[in-house]
Amino acid sequence: MIRKFILALLVGLPVLCGTAFAADTVKVGILHSLSGTMAISETTLKDVMLMLIDEQNKKGGLLGKKLEAVVVDPASDWPLFAERARELLTQRKVAAVFGCWTSVSRKSVLPVFEGENGLLFYPVQYEGEESSRNVIYTGAAPNQQAVPAVDYLIKDLGVKRFVLAGTDYVFPRTANKIIEAYLKSKGTADTDILINYTPFGHSDWQSIIAEIKKFGSAGKKTAIISTINGDANVPFYKELANQGVSAADIPVMAFSVGEEELSGIDTKPLVGHLAAWNYFMSVDKPANAEFIKKWHAFIKDPKRVTNDPMEAHYIGFNLWVKAVEKAGTTDVDAVLKAVVGLSVPNLTGGTATLLPNHHLTKPVLIGEIQGDGQFQVVWETPGEVPGDAWSDYLPDSKNLEADWTDPINCGNYNAVTKKCGGAAKQ
Amino acid sequence: MSFLHRTLLLPGFPALLLFLSLLCPARAGGLSLSPEALDSLRSSKVADRERALRELGEDASEAAAELLDALRAGDLYVRRDNGDLLILRPGAEEAIFVPGGERTPFADRTLLRKVGISNSQRSAVTVLLNRRLLRHTDADVRRGAVESLRAGDAGDKALLLSLLQNESDTRIRARLEQLLALLGVGDAGASSDDLLRAAAVLGDASLPQAAQALETLKGHRDPRVAAAVDKALYRLRVTADRSDMLETLFFGLSLGSVLVLTSIGLAVTFGVMGVINMAHGELVMLGAYTVWGMQQLLPGRPGTALLLAVPASFLVGGCAGALLERSVIRHLYGRPLETLLATFGISLILQQAVRTLISPMNRAVESPAFMRGMLHITDNFGLTCNRVYILCFCLGVFALIYATMHKTRLGLEVRAVAQNRPIARALGINASRVDTLTFALGSGVAGMAGAALSQLTNVGPNLGQGYIVDSFMVVVFGGVGNLYGTLCGGLVLGLANKLLEPASGAMLAKIILLAGLILFMQIKPKGLFPERGRAAEN
Repeated sequence: MIRKFILALLVGLPVLCGTAFAADTVKVGILHSLSGTMAISETTLKDVMLMLIDEQNKKGGLLGKKLEAVVVDPASDWPLFAERARELLTQRKVAAVFGCWTSVSRKSVLPVFEGENGLLFYPVQYEGEESSRNVIYTGAAPNQQAVPAVDYLIKDLGVKRFVLAGTDYVFPRTANKIIEAYLKSKGTADTDILINYTPFGHSDWQSIIAEIKKFGSAGKKTAIISTINGDANVPFYKELANQGVSAADIPVMAFSVGEEELSGIDTKPLVGHLAAWNYFMSVDKPANAEFIKKWHAFIKDPKRVTNDPMEAHYIGFNLWVKAVEKAGTTDVDAVLKAVVGLSVPNLTGGTATLLPNHHLTKPVLIGEIQGDGQFQVVWETPGEVPGDAWSDYLPDSKNLEADWTDPINCGNYNAVTKKCGGAAKQ
Repeated sequence: MSFLHRTLLLPGFPALLLFLSLLCPARAGGLSLSPEALDSLRSSKVADRERALRELGEDASEAAAELLDALRAGDLYVRRDNGDLLILRPGAEEAIFVPGGERTPFADRTLLRKVGISNSQRSAVTVLLNRRLLRHTDADVRRGAVESLRAGDAGDKALLLSLLQNESDTRIRARLEQLLALLGVGDAGASSDDLLRAAAVLGDASLPQAAQALETLKGHRDPRVAAAVDKALYRLRVTADRSDMLETLFFGLSLGSVLVLTSIGLAVTFGVMGVINMAHGELVMLGAYTVWGMQQLLPGRPGTALLLAVPASFLVGGCAGALLERSVIRHLYGRPLETLLATFGISLILQQAVRTLISPMNRAVESPAFMRGMLHITDNFGLTCNRVYILCFCLGVFALIYATMHKTRLGLEVRAVAQNRPIARALGINASRVDTLTFALGSGVAGMAGAALSQLTNVGPNLGQGYIVDSFMVVVFGGVGNLYGTLCGGLVLGLANKLLEPASGAMLAKIILLAGLILFMQIKPKGLFPERGRAAEN
């Protein structure tokens, strides 16, 4: 009797006693910066997660329980990411975590997820050279973004000279290393590659653009492959336009500029510059139209855009839901076993299948920037490209494979020596 | 209008529009496109457009020109329901149907899907359109078209020769001769005399491919040709070096002017008053948001909005500064460490406030037409317009502040309070009022700097952080308390940065500069222009 009374009391006070509900809800951790420099990109991902969880609850939740979002703010501070991740896993006991944006934040939480046996869904395109048992990479690996984009430049646009311009940190450095190796394997000479790194938030591009202009006036078709990150993009494109470099002369192929970044730029001078992603908001497919409609209704602002990492979370969340339903439990080991090989529809009319290396199959789309801040798809791969964790173009990693199924069960398996942890650094 | 329009047809573009609009109504009909070509325009795949472009390229009618121009500008649409193709110009109420040319009022844009083309198709369309303008009656339009001809596109010698024969404008003639010379150099069967003439022409050419074409002739078997080529290459190199030097100088000055702009407010608050204001960058940010706000209030008139935003951003920055001084900083005078921490906290609060109240995302601030593009001084040297304006703006702001500090009563009082507070008060100056006004002045200038920065960089919550360290660097380097020092300091740092950058890369240039500055401060701890006299001693 007394126990019933206490139970009724608890049901009546759901707000005050959130933590007491551990048994009745499934908790989902959201680890995205809501303040600091990365808030610009990550806040949207928190919102899309809330939307997906809300929607799942309307469908009746998961395993007969309601889903409960646990939002924490790591404030764009990399060590704080690890702290918050530990809090989510040990104190809040979440079943899965969706989060991180920058590679450095992912590297900082990696030991926590591996130590506490947690489950992280990472939604952003990244430099590869990694595969963890506890991480599902729902963004693109380099072979699902950089390599096809370079192919497009060489084959379709006839580009002979390349400027690799990037912000000075791990993603551009590794991505450029892979692109450089790939270009050389295609016969591009050293003198036809110009590599340039700039600090975070670089705002004075005058001399660099002047140098690129000279590099591009040697009579061979030139393109810029840009891994310039975040806030440095606006001054970069503005300077490009002001110095009279149009997309017809020297097109820019960007890997970090999406709809959300463009919504902060006057895009008229940018028309024709390129970006490579696995999703564009402008893709005319019913699944995408429905997603955009739901997003606008949820966020109550019909002007908000959708972008590639949002699709990655959409895929990641559906994948997790399907895996939990298949396993019948939210236990991490069981879910990890169930999730490999599962397929869910993506938003561009295809399906995303999770491979044994914890990466997805994704279509690669090349889009041109339009005056309205959207992309127009000008090229796409005929089907989905399987994600490759370890690049085939780097000597250190070309023999490595990741396979999290029995009997290999290893993130860096050397296919030649048949040993786990072969030549990998980590 | 698309960006390509502007770059390629800048001189003659208005004339072209007028020309098209005068001619089209009369002859808009009679476009003979095959059904396959029309289907290729309706297709949702961009690659399918090739068929239509091929047919349009062969069609010399005005209707074809109109269609090509609409394709390039993104004004060609297909109706989702019945597949009709129609041209709908921005702001126009009448649509022109393709291929019939009928004009019908059409307003429901939701039914339409844009017929997109790719970058390379857009260039091809531009080449096609320019070819039509090569014999235009207006010399400006003709020159635009000829200049847009690249050596590769120009293709046949016969076309260039026939153009040259009928041309009277000297600048167009020169350009045509250069293009012919380029073709001549590439021609294996050219005689030595031809090559000599070509080398002479290319030595003065502004075409980027000139040097490369001449390189192929280096060490020609005819010694006269070889010598002429060497001479031409030397001349080209001298011109290129000169414009490189001027370019670097301009880049340095314009970077310097940005540094001066962001730090001149700090030179007042930190230099004259001695307040370490870590929220200075956020005051700059508020100024930039003022431009955005003004553009939201005046949609479609970015130029007017920008001009109005300059005084408005001064007011916004100034009011925020006055509030800051009255509420926080005044209670912390004489305690630099506490001031530093308190203002750092305020800077974080301001950033997060903008994130929460406006948006964590950057805001799009439009650049008005006069701030875009390049100002061509010679054929291969030009200045970017926005930088020129900002350089002038910076000098204007500096002159204004300098005059305020040295020619007005407020300036006199500010200097008096800064030099000796008790004596100034004994002379009847309301020191606390002067403090507030000085801080507001410095903050107002920071706001104006923000208005200028909105034309160069992102308008977002993080805007200020990128400039705060540089601003302190400039003020300390120039000499604390000396406005003139801030001006010189900023320009010198800008120039030094740009001289280093080509050799060392942007990252290393910053590091070298910082290390150099530390060394410099060891020799001259009070900066370039230290304050002299008794006041400076304490």
